[in-house]
Amino acid sequence: MNQTSNGYGLSCIRRGLWALTGVAAVALGAAFLWQALTRPDLPAPRVTGEAAITNAYTLTDHTGQMVTADSFDGQWQLVFFGFTHCPDICPTTLAYMAQVMDKLGPDASQVTPIFITVDPARDTRDVMAAYVGAFHPRMVGLTGTDAQVAEAACNFRVWYERAEDTTAPDGYTMAHSGHIYVMAPDGRFVDVWMEGDAPAETFANNLSTLIQTTGSSS
Amino acid sequence: MKTIALAAVCAALPTLAAADVSVTDPWARASILASRPGAAYLTLESDIADRLTALETPAAGHVMVHDTVTDAGGVSRMHHIDVLDLAPGTPVTFAPGGMHLMLMGLTGKLEEGRTFPLTLSFEHAGEITVEVPVLSVTATGPKGAE
Repeated sequence: MNQTSNGYGLSCIRRGLWALTGVAAVALGAAFLWQALTRPDLPAPRVTGEAAITNAYTLTDHTGQMVTADSFDGQWQLVFFGFTHCPDICPTTLAYMAQVMDKLGPDASQVTPIFITVDPARDTRDVMAAYVGAFHPRMVGLTGTDAQVAEAACNFRVWYERAEDTTAPDGYTMAHSGHIYVMAPDGRFVDVWMEGDAPAETFANNLSTLIQTTGSSS
Repeated sequence: MKTIALAAVCAALPTLAAADVSVTDPWARASILASRPGAAYLTLESDIADRLTALETPAAGHVMVHDTVTDAGGVSRMHHIDVLDLAPGTPVTFAPGGMHLMLMGLTGKLEEGRTFPLTLSFEHAGEITVEVPVLSVTATGPKGAE
């Protein structure tokens, strides 16, 4: 099981490294051009940016439907990866997402909160259905095979790992990144938030501004 | 001699009485599935150096002190804390995203609106039992904190 996800992780890393090589080559060229065109006492160009977060996956939702990222086209999406055996961070983050939804008022109809499990072995469709329903009626729970989940996490640049722990239920727990990704109605990555960084109201106001300025079907 | 001993005991009494831990703002989040671990939060404060040695509740088979540590990359990991030391006058607050009491092997779902007793054992202060109210699934702090 781990090998499968590692395989996916490695191929993802490999692709990422090739992309980085490309970026580095372009940056190097740009740096030479910059030096050729500008006076030498100017500061060197700084290349910043982050690895591309891609909204791409094929998973099964909590009603048993096979879905892809395109299934949510036209909706703003809040995407969070976690697992249901997580007693603290995951329910806290999902509760935070539910609060954001409530604070959005009528704009909530244009937003779908999505919870993707990193523990598909235990988080079956039935478990996900009971779980997301408890937080918010609009929340969608996604699970799949180990490979499908690994691919989704890879595309979102989400890191997770099974950590052996004899004191945990079934002898293991999951370490994972706890970001909430904001994706636009056209699937584009817009922003990343973390529970605890800002009150739900701030997140909701920010999202409302995005919805009103960008529209729902950009 | 007897008088002196008695006087010594009397003198020691206020010190003994002061070995006191306060347990405030306990709450637990309602659970969705009884098969998943629950979490409870509270604040501990002691006026002398003390140590939390054991936790027990009829609501769960096993209670553990956990700390969630989130690194700079946003990755969260849980750490199990065996013994929790209390420094005099320094409150220790359990809150979502930080320290929590993990309730393993729930005897039933933690239903919103109910309470359950939780007994904390301290090296000096002895046993303290508090009633823990179960708040909603989406609660992020004790009642009145929102």
